[in-house]
Amino acid sequence: MSRHTIRFELNGATREVEVEADRLLLDVLRDETGLTGTKEGCRVGICGTCTVLVDGRPMTSCLFPAVHADGTAVRTIEGIAHDRELTPLQTAFIEHGGFQCGICTPGQIVSATALLETHPRPTDEQIREWMMGNLCRCTGYFGIVRAIQAAASA
Amino acid sequence: MSYELHRPRSLDEALALLERHEDAHVMAGATAMVLLMRQGLVRPERVVSLRDAGMSGIRREADGTLWIGATTTIRDAETSDAVRAHCAALAETFGRVATVRVRCQATIGGNLAHADPAQDPPPMLIAIGAEAELARAGGARRRIAVEDLLVDQFATAIDPGELLVGVRVPPPAPGTRATYVKFLPKTEDDYATVSVAAAVRVADGRIADARIALGSVGATAIRARKTEQALRGAAPQQIADAAAIVRDEIDAIDDLRGSAAYKREMARVWTERAVRSLMA
Ligand SMILES: Cc1cc2nc3c(=O)[nH]c(=O)nc-3n(C[C@H](O)[C@H](O)[C@H](O)COP(=O)(O)OP(=O)(O)OC[C@H]3O[C@@H](n4cnc5c(N)ncnc54)[C@H](O)[C@@H]3O)c2cc1C
Ligand code: FES
Ligand code: FES
Repeated sequence: MSRHTIRFELNGATREVEVEADRLLLDVLRDETGLTGTKEGCRVGICGTCTVLVDGRPMTSCLFPAVHADGTAVRTIEGIAHDRELTPLQTAFIEHGGFQCGICTPGQIVSATALLETHPRPTDEQIREWMMGNLCRCTGYFGIVRAIQAAASA
Repeated sequence: MSYELHRPRSLDEALALLERHEDAHVMAGATAMVLLMRQGLVRPERVVSLRDAGMSGIRREADGTLWIGATTTIRDAETSDAVRAHCAALAETFGRVATVRVRCQATIGGNLAHADPAQDPPPMLIAIGAEAELARAGGARRRIAVEDLLVDQFATAIDPGELLVGVRVPPPAPGTRATYVKFLPKTEDDYATVSVAAAVRVADGRIADARIALGSVGATAIRARKTEQALRGAAPQQIADAAAIVRDEIDAIDDLRGSAAYKREMARVWTERAVRSLMA
């Protein structure tokens, strides 16, 4: 197995790690950088709990080779709030019933952050389309959609 | 899995590596490769990642052909103005693949080379007459129709040492309209039970020309030539009979998303609906 040194920006700070060729970004984040906010759910690309942003785009970190993060900017749930101050989106999730058990929430927030950065005023259709990749077994999705709508119109 | 990874910085470098190591596996967005390796279906000793090989990009050529580089993400193709202007139905088909998150990572070339018969873009690319361009070290290139590229389930006509470098979509014949319907009885992010891509030219209220291809109903995406023939010259009231031919043209098997009998029936229904929608 070949080993590779990769350099990337992680939530604004430059990181350098050595990884084996088959190491996945999810595992590097959780096991090597100690950022355990990114969750492992299905590990087959369906549930979205492992969503992180790579150069601003939502990626499936359970299917993303860590070597492919070389030279990119990675943002995880830990990099969303500024100085411990929640973003309007995070506050809206609290106020509008955007979560219950919370296991899917890091992925939801990361995906929705990218949505609002791409479409600051998304239509309901755009919200549903974009968020389709983030499953939630608790909320029935209405609270999540309401929270995103509220954050977008704040 | 335990492999040596190469990260070529150009197409030529990638092709040289594949010439030297014919057993090497290619990796683009890795969405399929990671799963195949985890399931032990692929056990590569050597992997060539195309991520930094500079093979992405979309352009329209002087003769009106649309070019989509192999490592262009499905999301970039879906949201490209050039793709939409060339064929809106193609852009919409890309938008039916999985979820935004998967489309941001998966590539056009990986989608075609993976050759899963349940995928969405292949039937559409067949219906609009797209070709794949293949290259090997030394500069040799060849073009092959997408329907000939896909030879069996998870098998393509890409030879060892070759790379898929891009997809060429010819300019649509004037008056041609296309659509893609994905029948999803379970969830929106699922693979299709049956999918139908249709490209139809209408003249004087009749079908002058038609190309039909279906997904999820055989070992590859399937072009329905007999159905196309029956559709040529058809008036609206003859579409149903022509579409019924598709039942015997496909090679559906029972799977998680429907029995073979159900798929045959749904292929008929959705072929008829797709063609009718283009006559309206
Ligand atoms: C959760 C999930 C849901 C999905 N749902 C859908 C869906 O609804 N519809 C759909 O159409 N697809 C769906 N897919 C499949 C997805 O489209 C493919 O996994 C993806 O397109 C593969 O592209 P990639 O760039 O990730 O390829 P990789 O995984 O990197 O490679 C796939 C295969 O192609 C080969 N390859 C890649 N690039 C080249 C090249 N340039 N030349 C030669 N060979 C090459 C590789 O060797 C490998 O065999 C889904 C996938 C996932 C994970
Ligand atoms: S853990 Fe990655 S999508 Fe479910
Ligand atoms: S809050 Fe429990 S799964 Fe979404």
